[in-house]
Amino acid sequence: MNSDKQLLSKAKIVVVGNGMVGHHFVEEMAKNSDYEITVLSAESRLAYDRVYLSSYFSGKTAEDLALTTPEHYDELGVIFKTNAKVTNIDKLAKVVTTESGDSFEYDKLILATGSYPFVPPIPGGDVEHSLVYRTIDDLEAIQASADVSKVGVVIGGGLLGLEAAKAVKELGLETHVVEFAPQLMAVQVDGGGGRLLKTKIEELGVQVHTSKGTTKIVAGDKLRYKLCFSDDTELETDLILFSAGIRPYDNLAREFDLEIGARGGIVIDNQCKTSDDDIYAIGECALWNNFIYGLVAPGYNMAKVAVKDICGEEAEFTGADMSTKLKLMGVEVGSIGDAHAKTEGSLTYTYENQPEGVYKKIVVSADKTKMLGAVLIGDTAEYDSLLQYMLNAIDLPEAPEGLILPMAGDKPTLGVDALPDTATICSCHNVTKGDIIAAIDCGAVDVGQVKSGTKAGSGCGGCAALVKSVADNEFEKRGVEVKKDICEHFAYSRKELFDIVSVEKIKTFDELLNSHGRGLGCEICKPVAASVLASVWNDYILKKPHLSLQDTNDTYLGNMQKDGTYSVVPRIAGGEITPDKLIVLGQVAKKYNLYTKITGGARVDLFGARVEQLPPIWKELVDAGFETGHAYGKSLRTVKSCVGSTWCRYGVQDSMTMAIDLENRYKGLRAPHKIKFGVSGCTRECAEAQGKDIGIIATENGWNLFVGGNGGMKPRHGDLFATDLDDDTLVKYVDRILMFYVQTGDRLQRTSVWMDNLEGGLAYLQDVIMKDSLGITDALEEQMAAIVGSYQCEWKTTLEDPEALKRFQPFVNSDKSDSNIQFVTEREQIRPARGEEKIAVTFITEVESDTTEKEAVAEEA
Amino acid sequence: MTTTNTEKTWRTICDSSDLVKDSGICALLVKDASEGSKGNEQRVEEQIAIFHLPNSEEKIFAVGNYDPIGKANVLYRGIVGCIADEPVVASPLYKQHFSLKTGRCLQEEQSIAVYDIRIENELVQVFY
Ligand code: SRM
Ligand SMILES: Cc1cc2nc3c(=O)[nH]c(=O)nc-3n(C[C@H](O)[C@H](O)[C@H](O)COP(=O)(O)OP(=O)(O)OC[C@H]3O[C@@H](n4cnc5c(N)ncnc54)[C@H](O)[C@@H]3O)c2cc1C
Ligand code: SF4
Ligand code: FES
Repeated sequence: MNSDKQLLSKAKIVVVGNGMVGHHFVEEMAKNSDYEITVLSAESRLAYDRVYLSSYFSGKTAEDLALTTPEHYDELGVIFKTNAKVTNIDKLAKVVTTESGDSFEYDKLILATGSYPFVPPIPGGDVEHSLVYRTIDDLEAIQASADVSKVGVVIGGGLLGLEAAKAVKELGLETHVVEFAPQLMAVQVDGGGGRLLKTKIEELGVQVHTSKGTTKIVAGDKLRYKLCFSDDTELETDLILFSAGIRPYDNLAREFDLEIGARGGIVIDNQCKTSDDDIYAIGECALWNNFIYGLVAPGYNMAKVAVKDICGEEAEFTGADMSTKLKLMGVEVGSIGDAHAKTEGSLTYTYENQPEGVYKKIVVSADKTKMLGAVLIGDTAEYDSLLQYMLNAIDLPEAPEGLILPMAGDKPTLGVDALPDTATICSCHNVTKGDIIAAIDCGAVDVGQVKSGTKAGSGCGGCAALVKSVADNEFEKRGVEVKKDICEHFAYSRKELFDIVSVEKIKTFDELLNSHGRGLGCEICKPVAASVLASVWNDYILKKPHLSLQDTNDTYLGNMQKDGTYSVVPRIAGGEITPDKLIVLGQVAKKYNLYTKITGGARVDLFGARVEQLPPIWKELVDAGFETGHAYGKSLRTVKSCVGSTWCRYGVQDSMTMAIDLENRYKGLRAPHKIKFGVSGCTRECAEAQGKDIGIIATENGWNLFVGGNGGMKPRHGDLFATDLDDDTLVKYVDRILMFYVQTGDRLQRTSVWMDNLEGGLAYLQDVIMKDSLGITDALEEQMAAIVGSYQCEWKTTLEDPEALKRFQPFVNSDKSDSNIQFVTEREQIRPARGEEKIAVTFITEVESDTTEKEAVAEEA
Repeated sequence: MTTTNTEKTWRTICDSSDLVKDSGICALLVKDASEGSKGNEQRVEEQIAIFHLPNSEEKIFAVGNYDPIGKANVLYRGIVGCIADEPVVASPLYKQHFSLKTGRCLQEEQSIAVYDIRIENELVQVFY
């Protein structure tokens, strides 16, 4: 870096402000090494992610939010100063000066000063617990105030106000939102959407007060303050958070004679230049075409344009789309283009489903051929395709309402092929379909490379699915088979490996690798091979040749916890357990001092077992009649059940017996991912069966079968597969479905994704399973019968095998235990000690020379 | 142990039959880090992960067992294999790869110690 600096020819670039946009500029600019870049930040830290600011209250730290580090800037050769507010610009001498008197010369100056929250001048508003929401320092202040408050009010019900309200709610305060306008999010959402949004947000326990102008703030009677409204009503609160809009930081431009807009903002042209040829303004401080963009994507675009202009390349900022999709306190909201139908002659279609809390509206041109805008509340599934219709002026289908109606038969789906090359796919990084094609032309061979080459998907992440389908579509068009290779060692998908193993009767990983793979394998292909071998041959998984293939969870038959200990989850089929067995669990937990918890899967988990304790613990459990619960495997987990007709006055079938039978039938089955079942005794659905891979709900006449539900990251309800089945047919269908899934599912694909990816989806699966359209149902049933017939409890088998037990000794040459595993007590049970709670144990981490050997390096606490 | 072992040498850890093919075992190295001549010895424990990859060029590797990212002594329980021909172990906690040759982490700026190891007369020996 030093030698670089000595090159006198380097032009100097000074960036004022290190917000999201200023930082993006630096990263783009640093790609060109002909310039010396200096960044001056008024804040005490370098750039961080303001968009995800709210996640600070759900556990993210300032470090997590950081977009860069001093080391990273050093690496880029960027000079930076924090706590360096620029207060003077000398345009003639081309020097800027900071508050503390440091001066910096520039050839080109970039103003990226962003904006600040507007606090309306309400009498009495300037009090201690009146705060704003913009910086990490603000968050710290909010946290401190919330610690001594019970009630919080957010003034302003726009997008940011609602985010702020979420934060206040998460801090545990009773939360209110006060909005001057008659509805929430008036900029993005129309009246109808606003009404529904209000209801949904109130359901979440935030009280919304619309059409309320705050006239003054006075001392409260019961709480710290009292807000007085123009309609003579009042609201008491402890904390006040203003979110009434933003104002550009244009003070430098104002004081040093750069052109500013009538209502503020530094005026820029299409090259992002201000009225001074050597000064650019980008991001939220810049006014383009009389408009300030309050989003990062347009700011990033401006940064790119400014970089190009400085480097002498042609580039233009031509405005940006302001469509937004977000999840506000769990409510999905989408706003596209002309949401308020302001365009002359525009027509609207509206769909509202009050019981389900869904509101959708599309705005189309007078001739009904083009999409102009849309509002989506409660369900934004169609956001991507509606946005593409608008951005690319794609011709609408005959009946545009089909785009938002639920179950509109063949819903017109927008194929990625229909998108023009100019279609924006990732708006955070302004990546078009053309850019993705170009990346593929330049040699990208999979989606990962497309993403790293174009940056698509590395911003908000919302476009990931679209990026993948555009790229896959492009690969397919070129006859490049879309790589479903599981990893660099096997050019096959899981299904192809399954076929190879069964057809060629391959029994070990080494055989498979020698005949069809390369290298030594890895942590991806080995467990896949193990799962396939287990499904085809159903061997005991710790048999020598398979042992090294398994993930640690499978090797040690327990889930590894963060400190290297394991959890113990015995099977409790259907959740039914005798008092005696419950006592055994308690006794074992007590004897080995294990943390004990009822799981979300309705069984008992014992945590904190060291490897060497696993065999004795399981010996006691197996002796008492327990079996492994496979909580570690990609296999059947639980069959959750309700008591059904045996006890419940509404039950119409014996769901308990059905659940236990099913759990015992499929336990141990290895699959592409875990499998969960639910069985409910009546339509009240207490077992939440529709949220499971296989859901079974009792009817007067038998059972309704649902397939493809799951919770987790992307919850989905199962699809109704068949109705009123008798016991035998039900089991027959489930046999076939599971075996078909085991054979054809991809690695880590839950049943939902698998079914959706089958060409023809649910209907196709119904044909295969119930009409035997592929002529394979007999084979599927036979395979399942073979697996059911050869079940063994992996723990029982392990305990009988001295060779296998050797694995559970922590050290090959010592009887000691790992001294780094330490616990402390919390709520009368153990939990892993945190770094700072650990008692330092001396050990050397590196051995370099004789001298270091003597310096015992204490473990970083 | 009465003698101080400031001198590095090949020391036997276990029998080669204790190795598990294509997988790892863990050994505890206890060293005397003596403080000069006064005899107030300090014993230092070091955990090492030993991997046996008969299909690789080197066949046997020894690295530190402490995962600097997951902050736990678990590396010997990771799956081994190769990434672009570099023999690696994948941490069982968060799956980062560590090179068995250099100890370098392929995903983050972290590394683990590497030890010289050999099999001599059916005995596994580490140089420390
Ligand atoms: C222990 C438990 C939480 C608890 O304290 O209650 C738990 C703990 C874990 N879950 Fe879970 N899940 C537990 C119930 C659930 C449930 C609730 C349920 O089953 O009704 C769900 C949502 C339902 C579903 O799966 O569809 C659930 C969805 C997940 C997911 C997301 C799956 C998805 O498709 O998105 C993962 C991640 C994964 O599997 O890839 C996960 C992964 C994990 C892992 C394995 C993460 C890990 O690698 O450490 C956790 C370790 C388990 C352990 O140490 O034993 N866990 N997990 C629950 C054990 C249930 C049991 O008795 O076996
Ligand atoms: C809670 C929240 C949620 C948001 N959510 C989204 C979202 O979901 N999507 C979206 O697109 N946008 C969102 N935004 C808006 C987005 O954060 C901004 O558009 C973006 O941060 C603007 O970047 P910027 O660099 O122009 O300004 P800023 O990030 O504000 O950075 C400007 C920096 O310049 C500094 N500065 C000012 N004056 C000086 C000076 N004289 N000398 C030195 N430094 C100075 C400031 O202290 C600041 O650090 C959100 C904003 C907030 C607050
Ligand atoms: S939700 Fe599941 S995976 Fe996440 S922390 Fe809880 S138990 Fe672990
Ligand atoms: S749209 Fe945000 S990452 Fe692509």
